[in-house]
Amino acid sequence: MSIFERLTRIDRRIIFCTVALAVIIPLLRPIGFPVSVSPSVKKLYDAIEALPPGSRVLMSFDYDPSTMPEVYPMNFSIAKHCFKRGLKVYGMALWATGVSLGQDALEKAAKQYDKAYGVDYINLGFKAGGIVVISAMAENVVETFPEDYAGRSVGQFPVMKGVRNFDDFDLIVDFSAGDPGVIQWIMIAYGRYGKKVGAGCTAVSAPAFYPYLNAGQLVGLLGGMKGAAEYEKLMDYMGTATAGMDAQSVVHALIVFYVLFGNAMYLVERRRSRRNRL
Amino acid sequence: MRHQIPLIITFVAGITMIVQYFVPHEPFAALSQQFRIWFLIIATFAMILGVGNIIKIHVERISRARPGWGYSVILLAGLATTAISGIGWGIQPGTIFFYLFWNLLIPLGSTMFALLAFFITSAAYRAFRARTAEATLLLAAAIIVMLSRVPVGTYLWDRFPIVGNWIMDYPNTAGQRAIMIGIALGVVSASLRIILGIERTYMGAGK
Amino acid sequence: MRRYGRRAPYATEFIIGILLLGTSAVQGEALSGPAPVTQVVAIDKPNDSGGSVLIRWKRSADDGAGMMSVKGYEILRSVEREKGYEHLTVVPAGVEEYVDNTTVDGTSYFYIIGATDGVHRTDSDPVGPVMSSAQWFHQGRLNMLIATVLLSGLVLWFINRAKKGKKLYIRPIAGLQAVDEAVGRATEMGRPVLYVPGIQDMDNIQTIAGIVILGRVAERTAQYGTPLIVPTSRSLVMTAAQETVKEAYLNVGRPDAYNPDLIRYLTDDQFGYAAGVDGMMVREKPAAIFYMGAFYAESLILAETGHSTGAIQIAGTAMPAQLPFFVTACDYTLIGEELFAASAYLSKEPLLLGSLKGQDWGKAIFIAILLLGSILASFGHYFLSDWLTTGSL
Repeated sequence: MSIFERLTRIDRRIIFCTVALAVIIPLLRPIGFPVSVSPSVKKLYDAIEALPPGSRVLMSFDYDPSTMPEVYPMNFSIAKHCFKRGLKVYGMALWATGVSLGQDALEKAAKQYDKAYGVDYINLGFKAGGIVVISAMAENVVETFPEDYAGRSVGQFPVMKGVRNFDDFDLIVDFSAGDPGVIQWIMIAYGRYGKKVGAGCTAVSAPAFYPYLNAGQLVGLLGGMKGAAEYEKLMDYMGTATAGMDAQSVVHALIVFYVLFGNAMYLVERRRSRRNRL
Repeated sequence: MRHQIPLIITFVAGITMIVQYFVPHEPFAALSQQFRIWFLIIATFAMILGVGNIIKIHVERISRARPGWGYSVILLAGLATTAISGIGWGIQPGTIFFYLFWNLLIPLGSTMFALLAFFITSAAYRAFRARTAEATLLLAAAIIVMLSRVPVGTYLWDRFPIVGNWIMDYPNTAGQRAIMIGIALGVVSASLRIILGIERTYMGAGK
Repeated sequence: MRRYGRRAPYATEFIIGILLLGTSAVQGEALSGPAPVTQVVAIDKPNDSGGSVLIRWKRSADDGAGMMSVKGYEILRSVEREKGYEHLTVVPAGVEEYVDNTTVDGTSYFYIIGATDGVHRTDSDPVGPVMSSAQWFHQGRLNMLIATVLLSGLVLWFINRAKKGKKLYIRPIAGLQAVDEAVGRATEMGRPVLYVPGIQDMDNIQTIAGIVILGRVAERTAQYGTPLIVPTSRSLVMTAAQETVKEAYLNVGRPDAYNPDLIRYLTDDQFGYAAGVDGMMVREKPAAIFYMGAFYAESLILAETGHSTGAIQIAGTAMPAQLPFFVTACDYTLIGEELFAASAYLSKEPLLLGSLKGQDWGKAIFIAILLLGSILASFGHYFLSDWLTTGSL
């Protein structure tokens, strides 16, 4: 095996070690690359900006601990934005694991703007069933979620006054890591009830939602940690997503380097073997 | 008879779901919701089968001292601890379940997901080769999109995000839509086969 | 147009209100309340199961413009035109639509929209009577009905043709042709076959397609006497897989070779499942791995681990975001619709093949409509694309 051939087959473990270093070093010593805002993120930001104070925003926490580094920062930033604009926030989850993650984001964001639970926001908790839950709450929110995440009757909270069904929400934002998630919200909330739906999802699933964004079925889309970092920039603060962007930048650059290096070795090897054949 | 009844149920449920999409009048709207709720109830009860299966397989492994039986002990202990703590003391902050969720499940889940970074690198390194003109085009697009998605790309060339967004908005959307239209047609065709009972392998009805 | 200020039941505000009303002639209309809403209409909400009325209006001249005084709009309802109006809700400024979901079908209602600045309210004239009712057909979905009838008709017509013995050509799909090769290889090496039916439940059509293909693969493994391991992430999928594999073994006359313990439930948790399947790959070293169903971010974690064990890998999914990962790490990938065609292809049954032919014709029609719509839209004619848009109301 020639040196070039050997180089085209670097041991996976070496690749893994370099990736680990590319993540750890920028996290320990941040570089501070500038973040630019993409149109899909700006659209969701603008949609929230356009809502008059007092409008109601429904957030669905459809993610889990494994996708928390990507989705939680978006959840927190958008909650922050809503509270800053004086909007009322209604949390819920189609994933059991999303309840406490969403609650944590709401609590932390609410604290910054002196918003109170039950008055300015509420967490309706988890309900199993995905699309069934969306369809049911579209018709009757209180019947679908009679109690909040902690088992208290929702009727006792002032924030629930006047909330009956989807008609009473001005915007729906889904924080999604899979199924049930964005597709189900588009199908029911947008497709059947014509509601404005925005989404924050993992980077890996974002490309699949671009057709919906371009067709106007989504009012905006945040894809992965980059999307979260862009929202943090729009909100003018440095959060965990912005901090993670340096590491992501270096890893992307490393992948590009590996791909280019692999191709260079491949081309040299191909030329050599052609010459040998001649 | 064993296969006829499930086929009739499938047919009725399938046709009802189609009709309810076009007919907003009761009873169709409520019926489709009912069917979905029934599925949930069945799926929830089926959890018992799943957990039963886990217990059966791992108890057997421990009792026969098969290789790796120690892991089965850990698995069953984990299952029992999580279930008992959750059912017994709830899932509120301060409970054992809450502690396990935030300090075991979250780090473990994140670790597994983080493996993607390593696997994407090794897979991209191995598979992205400019073997043909199409592959070279794909390679160039991938590099541009990768760099456009992170600040370092903007740092290198301020137009990377514009080009990257163009690739995502147009060629990517076109490709995704083509695949989605194909999938939608495939779903319609497969659903029809199932509703009409032409395809019945999934219920163990074979040929 | 009737205009009057409604005051909160507090003495000071009452006095201020009187003063404001008294000075309104001098100070202008803003002091007596914001400008009223205009063009109020109330109709039975179309395409619903009854029980709701849709009210639309044009916002007050003082909402976002003029005196900028509008804080919201109060919705009032009565069963009589002149009296008995009850408060329904207040919607924020900027809103021009409200759906009253609390109506009783067959009862006539009147509505008043009051523009309020927090102290005063200027009411519109009552609109009505309006009566809610349920509809038997969703007008906004006529296009979908035509598409459904057309596509289903084509599929059924080709199934019928196949029934009559008409020979149908189906293009070869490399991934499916390799199924025999993969199972054969596992047999030669004396190693098991691992079949992963995705991470979704039986209500997902991709999972059903995965289970259907499992039946075909199980027939091969039963014929060759190769162990077939099926880890599932849903209990119902486990039950369905057990039934399907059992039946497949029975069909080829090998019920004795069926081992239900090889079809096991791992966990509903996505990455817990991925870890479990990865562990099986490393321990059992399967020679062939199938991924058929709905996958998410675990796809590459599974496929890369499978690749590192040297197994021949065949994947099939209709999750567009996961296709690149499978294409990269697997030997063969069924893209989107090929997953649904796989069962028909593997079975070679004329009825199933007929449905594929119908699907292909449906696709040809959609391509033609897409082209026509694009050409028309390019020249500024949007009636086709507008007609194809599914109405939400």
